[in-house]
Amino acid sequence: MQKPAIAADTRPWLSAGAQPFISVQGLVKQFADFTAVSDVDLDIYKGELFCLLGESGCGKSTLLRMLAGFEIPTQGRIVIDGEDMARVPPDRRPTNMMFQSYALFPHMSVEKNVAYGLLREGLGKREAYARAGEMLKMVKLEKLARRKPDQLSGGQRQRVALARALVKRPKLLLLDEPLGALDKKLREETQFELIKIQESLGVTFIVVTHDQDEAMTLATRIGVMKDGIIKQIGEPHEIYERPNSRFVADFIGTVNLFDGKVDAVAPDLMRIETAELGPVLLPPQTGLTRGQQVWGAVRPERFALSRQKPDGAHNAWRGVVEDLGYIGHMTQYRIRLENGRLIRASQSNRLRDEDPISWDEPVWISVQPAAFRVLTE
Amino acid sequence: MRGWFLPVAVLLGFIFLYAPIISLVVFSFNDSRLVTVWGGFSTRWYGELLNDRQIMGAAWVSLKVAFFSATLATVIGTLGAFVLTRFSRFTGRLLLTGMITAPLVMPEVITGLSLLLLFISMELTLGWPAGRGMVTVIIAHTTFCAAFVAVIAQSRLRSMDESLEEAARDLGAGPVRVFFDVTLPVIAPALVSGWLLAFTLSLDDLVIASFVTGPGASTLPMVIFSKVRLGVSPDVNALATIIIGFVFVAVLAAGWLMRKQMSKGL
Repeated sequence: MQKPAIAADTRPWLSAGAQPFISVQGLVKQFADFTAVSDVDLDIYKGELFCLLGESGCGKSTLLRMLAGFEIPTQGRIVIDGEDMARVPPDRRPTNMMFQSYALFPHMSVEKNVAYGLLREGLGKREAYARAGEMLKMVKLEKLARRKPDQLSGGQRQRVALARALVKRPKLLLLDEPLGALDKKLREETQFELIKIQESLGVTFIVVTHDQDEAMTLATRIGVMKDGIIKQIGEPHEIYERPNSRFVADFIGTVNLFDGKVDAVAPDLMRIETAELGPVLLPPQTGLTRGQQVWGAVRPERFALSRQKPDGAHNAWRGVVEDLGYIGHMTQYRIRLENGRLIRASQSNRLRDEDPISWDEPVWISVQPAAFRVLTE
Repeated sequence: MRGWFLPVAVLLGFIFLYAPIISLVVFSFNDSRLVTVWGGFSTRWYGELLNDRQIMGAAWVSLKVAFFSATLATVIGTLGAFVLTRFSRFTGRLLLTGMITAPLVMPEVITGLSLLLLFISMELTLGWPAGRGMVTVIIAHTTFCAAFVAVIAQSRLRSMDESLEEAARDLGAGPVRVFFDVTLPVIAPALVSGWLLAFTLSLDDLVIASFVTGPGASTLPMVIFSKVRLGVSPDVNALATIIIGFVFVAVLAAGWLMRKQMSKGL
């Protein structure tokens, strides 16, 4: 299979010697009675669009607020471009933030809102307004420069907030749920616009979001957070295809999880005994020992469905289609195995049969060994 | 609920509240010297009022007192409210929050008496304020008006989106700059209505002013009260009508400003 090579310098986290642009080390934030962020280490490289993904209360916003300077860390270092910023007040940091509520100053016009940061920097009025004007042109709002924020639509306000946060050319832009207040259609358009702006300015972005689709679309890399800890850091496809824990597998997308034990490990093959699927044969994986408790994770689209038993497949099981949902681009199946276990499977409708598998049909489901992900945590 | 009950209840309520005021306004245009006998329409009492040196002097004192104490109270009340809402956890915050509302429920007699005692002992030990007069009345009114302003400012500061202030910090403004650039303009309408409320409260006060004032600084309510004790004269009606007009306009303006803020939903 041929594909254009992605230049190595756009994925600096892959090369060992690369210097991170932002480095968070051993960061802890304790409030009176609970720990919002506990011992986070995080390296982010220049020009990245990094997403912190997690449910509300997982500590992602507190982490962002510490990067901005609104919360003082209980412990740890925040190094931005070589300087420790952990105790520097927000007005002296080379970072800017786009707030979830946008936080536009209601008594100032759009233009004044955008120019505010430049004026505080000590820039002359004429130059500040000229640069604010350029920024507004970039977000296509130059015609509304004289309006007050309450005369704008939600999408326009979002763009003003972005322009205001970017106009000072920060080393790092922090975005707190930047698209959270927009409706679905607008959100999808804006996602790509955001990426374009980020790439053209070369500013490093850290985005906090609870929306996994948004994170998958936007991010160069994603950090999945839970209970104040980053559970996994990786590129979107890594997080999805090779989750490192049941939490991450379950949090991102849909997954079928099976309890099991390592039954046999040979140099070229490994067998896992599961309660619900019986033995599963897999390529060997390092770090596993016989008798170890593991969990198997399979994404719905990785199951193959067929009416006949697939040739030579070890990992195939019989079941009955209990329910199906035709979504258009794909069909979701719920298949009941003979032992009663319900499996979620989905089939792409790119090559839809004239006679697709339907309700109550007995089927075989099978999975490629590589698609059966073994988790130890 | 479209029956007769609600309209009648509202009507009776308004009659109960406003009948005395309306009768006062009507009788201020009475030509007769006898307050309770209608002698035809006239504005003579308004004319006489303008020529009454004592009343005009007292009115001028009252307006000055009200202006200065409302202004001082707005400054002090706003700063107090800001500290109590924005500096989140310091020891004694809860106590201070409770104490700031105490003057609202304190009987005026006690406030007046304690201020009088304070002024006397200050004069004895510090030599200031020398005697009692307009300055002491202004100080006294500032104390209780500041509490009202603080309560209004506090509720406005609590409902204000704090990320506005954070955004200004983030864009490079120091804490003082943020207060004047963002906080103050955003809460300004609430402060104006607080000022108006303080102004009317000061204009209205009789008890505290009686305690802490001295010769030559009688406020309008004090003059009216002493005149009425000798019998109600029609020019007091005229004066009262003018004051009602003032207060009515101030209260309407304060309410309108509050509503405007609310509808912006900030």
